[in-house]
Amino acid sequence: MDTKILTKNFGLKDSHLLSVYESTGGYQNLKKLFGMQPGDVIEEVKKSGLRGRGGAGFPTGLKWSFVPKDSPKPKYLCVNADESEPGTFKDRYLLELDPHRLIEGMIICSYAIDCHNAYVYIRGEFVYPKVQLEKAIEEAYQKGYLGKNILGSGFDLEITVHRGAGAYICGEETALLNSLEGKRGQPRLKPPFPAVVGLFACPTVVNNVETISALPYVLENGADAYRQFGTEKSPGTKMFSVSGHVNRPGNFEIPLGYPLKKLIMEDAGGIKDGKALKAVIPGGSSVPVLTAEEAMDVNLDYESLQEKGTMLGSGGVIVMDETTCMVKALTNLAHFYSHESCGQCSPCREGTGWAHKILQRMLGGEGRANDIDELNRIADNMAGKTICVLADALAMPIWSYLKKFRSEFEALCRS
Amino acid sequence: MPKLTIDGKEITVEEGTTVFEAARQMKTSIPHFCYHSKLSIAGNCRMCLVEIEKMPKPQISCNTVAQEGMVVHTQTDNVKALQKNVLEFILINHPIDCPVCDQAGECKLQKYYMNYSVGDSEFNESKVKKPKKVDLGPNVMLDDERCILCTRCVRFCDEISKTGELCVTNRGDRSTLRTFPGKKLDNKYSLNTVDICPVGALTSKPFRFQQRVWFLKSAPSICTGCATGCNIEINHNDGKVFRYQTRKNEAVNECWTCDEGRLSYTFINESRLIRPLLKTANGLEEVTKTQALAAATEALQKCSAEQIVFLGSAYESNENNAALKKLANNLGVTALQYAFHEVENPSSDDFLIKADKNPNRAGVSNLGFAEFSGELTGKTVLAMERISASQIEKIRSQKPKYLILLSSHQSPACELADVVLPVCTFAEQKGSFINFQERIQKFEVALAPKGQMQTAWQFLQEIAQSLGHAWAITSPEPLLKEFFNLTYEEIGEQGKLLE
Ligand SMILES: Cc1cc2nc3c(=O)[nH]c(=O)nc-3n(C[C@H](O)[C@H](O)[C@H](O)COP(=O)(O)O)c2cc1C
Ligand code: SF4
Ligand code: SF4
Ligand code: SF4
Ligand code: FES
Repeated sequence: MDTKILTKNFGLKDSHLLSVYESTGGYQNLKKLFGMQPGDVIEEVKKSGLRGRGGAGFPTGLKWSFVPKDSPKPKYLCVNADESEPGTFKDRYLLELDPHRLIEGMIICSYAIDCHNAYVYIRGEFVYPKVQLEKAIEEAYQKGYLGKNILGSGFDLEITVHRGAGAYICGEETALLNSLEGKRGQPRLKPPFPAVVGLFACPTVVNNVETISALPYVLENGADAYRQFGTEKSPGTKMFSVSGHVNRPGNFEIPLGYPLKKLIMEDAGGIKDGKALKAVIPGGSSVPVLTAEEAMDVNLDYESLQEKGTMLGSGGVIVMDETTCMVKALTNLAHFYSHESCGQCSPCREGTGWAHKILQRMLGGEGRANDIDELNRIADNMAGKTICVLADALAMPIWSYLKKFRSEFEALCRS
Repeated sequence: MPKLTIDGKEITVEEGTTVFEAARQMKTSIPHFCYHSKLSIAGNCRMCLVEIEKMPKPQISCNTVAQEGMVVHTQTDNVKALQKNVLEFILINHPIDCPVCDQAGECKLQKYYMNYSVGDSEFNESKVKKPKKVDLGPNVMLDDERCILCTRCVRFCDEISKTGELCVTNRGDRSTLRTFPGKKLDNKYSLNTVDICPVGALTSKPFRFQQRVWFLKSAPSICTGCATGCNIEINHNDGKVFRYQTRKNEAVNECWTCDEGRLSYTFINESRLIRPLLKTANGLEEVTKTQALAAATEALQKCSAEQIVFLGSAYESNENNAALKKLANNLGVTALQYAFHEVENPSSDDFLIKADKNPNRAGVSNLGFAEFSGELTGKTVLAMERISASQIEKIRSQKPKYLILLSSHQSPACELADVVLPVCTFAEQKGSFINFQERIQKFEVALAPKGQMQTAWQFLQEIAQSLGHAWAITSPEPLLKEFFNLTYEEIGEQGKLLE
């Protein structure tokens, strides 16, 4: 069975063009969409079991159902195209190679939640993807798939693309909303949640590019068809971005439940230069690291990864071979998260910087006997105690690296 | 009306009340930096974490709405550990320069540091260096290293003064408080940010390095800057006022004051008159109190009641104006006017600041004094300050026969006077004002009178006595009772709205 849903057009020439997308059946189901009740669309997405691909894996249909139907306020859809989690580069390809799939997905979601103004918040550095997306939007307007009274349905939808300014934190959905409103990009306190008080204080759905891009398939083929892929609790397919010490880095769309071993050793061509595998980050830099042994024995779905104490996250698979210094690897992450912390919560602002300084000192040969305990303590004291989970995103690597590769740290802490 | 349990005690609160506020209602104080009752919730300091049963993670009490049946713990070892750990984070990059910090002694960080005995931090790294002296605006200076980024000041400028000058720039531990490019923290209420800054990051330029706060003594009082009558504390030491601090009064100024009023204290310290003056061939000369009083009494004795005009004052207390009224009753004087303070282009807004720069216009009019109209030619005038420049000009041109002036300052009006008696300002006496809302508010003695200074009512009593009237007043209270039918106790700490 062909398992390509999201990437099925990636191999086609000019796959970003409207004509090519249409020739593969694109936009052909909008008539069907406009014949459905919005509530039924939400039901279908719920039944499909589609979960958010931005990192948290929240059930998509359920999220939409939190949007109050009786609210007199406008409702908004914000597509999260800020993709900045180290090791993750799937949305970029979806934007560059198949932007119409995203646009059609946005029409589906907007229709379901009664949104008439949708936004794409795109990472500032994504210049080419933005150009491709904007061209595609222009094409869709011209063909009447966007704008007023789409295909005579009476349904209106405008799409606005907004470029970020280079902050990782603006991928966090409420920081994204602040940024979109022209405010400082920092996460908001929750509750209230965006579904109730979101963009411009109106009900808002924030979904990842990949999540939205899965919708045309669900609409065309139905929830059951979608569920043919994947496992009971993790239905469908997902893109994984494989990087690091592999022979063939890149994006791979696989059905969830797929063995990580197969992804690395077969699809990504195995470890470079015949080296031995040391560690794998399975879901973007913030999730707990797996040892080679654990990585060779886990399937890529939400529940299997959870059993192994880690997470599927955004699907950024970072492969590290035996030459990797885990202290350096962790220092790199600590640098990233301390640099990207928005700085509003005391534990995250101070803890990420503190951890980074300790690790740098260790690397500089000045490690102290209690540094490992100290790092663990910093992670304990910041995780779960802040406004967003960026603090946890550094705490999880700290705990797991120190636990699983302790000797490498100890070697630098003999004083 | 949800009922919840906090530390084993049940409490029922209004719908929408947060756990923090519910605890506060029970007099349980949860440590906090960013929470401020008048500002929106920022939830960034994380100091107010508490445990709530059935919730997997600790929650910040300032943003958790009380729910029916919630069971909250604020005092467990675990909660204390949470708070201590947050404090440790806040302190790692803090300069801990309490010995030279203006806030020392009234600093939340210092207080919690002591309460939680954080001790020596494990922090062995170099601290983030930031500028120690950032000029934010005409009245406020920032020490970046001391700032704990609670954003109270930012929210004040966004939500209360609505001027929006402040923001946080940069990220992570490089975050710093700044004004927006090209802007200064220059608004009529900027010094309130210094008040609400929980640490010594924001300092008042006029107060900076002037005084350690534990040397300051304090007296509850009323700002005399305008007709609003903001409630204040006069902070003083060694006979000198160092600053006004806001005193809470929900019905008047909530917990704010304007910069203009707050900085008006300097007049109490400057150009004071401490000895009586008498006009001689050589101009005004210092004389004894007996000589001055004798001159004043003689001048009043020499004319009939119709030839006398009394000028009360919208700047003086009810009690001093009442004493003047009492003397008028004794002598049968019916020409009662009041002088007042005026400035060119007075500031005013729809928040606190009133264009009427007198604290007691309502009080003096209540006593039956009419606004200054002059008609002083050939009259013997007994007047109280403050007298505005235009009123002074009128007095000069109308040439009264004799002018007895009660003045706290070496003011321009003194030049016209035949005799000047040195009176206390409101800071040196007890009394009351009635503000624009018709709310009577009292103030206490902050400073001891200097030299020959007395309150106006004391001088007036002495004049009355020399003129044969049996006054025996030892405090301003009987005047308040006689003319306003009130006691200070009835006025209370928050004032009393008159019917
Ligand atoms: C620090 C941080 C960064 C994030 N960055 C991204 C991002 O770049 N792209 C994204 O889709 N979601 C990101 N997320 C997750 C979003 O907050 C949000 O959960 C997601 O966009 C929801 O979409 P989904 O339900 O379709 O996954 C981030 C979350 C955090 C805490
Ligand atoms: S956890 Fe870090 S990034 Fe998230 S809101 Fe707090 S300070 Fe900002
Ligand atoms: S200057 Fe003071 S009030 Fe303003 S953010 Fe810093 S600590 Fe808070
Ligand atoms: S508003 Fe008026 S009373 Fe209040 S502080 Fe300013 S001058 Fe004083
Ligand atoms: S007081 Fe609650 S987080 Fe600061």
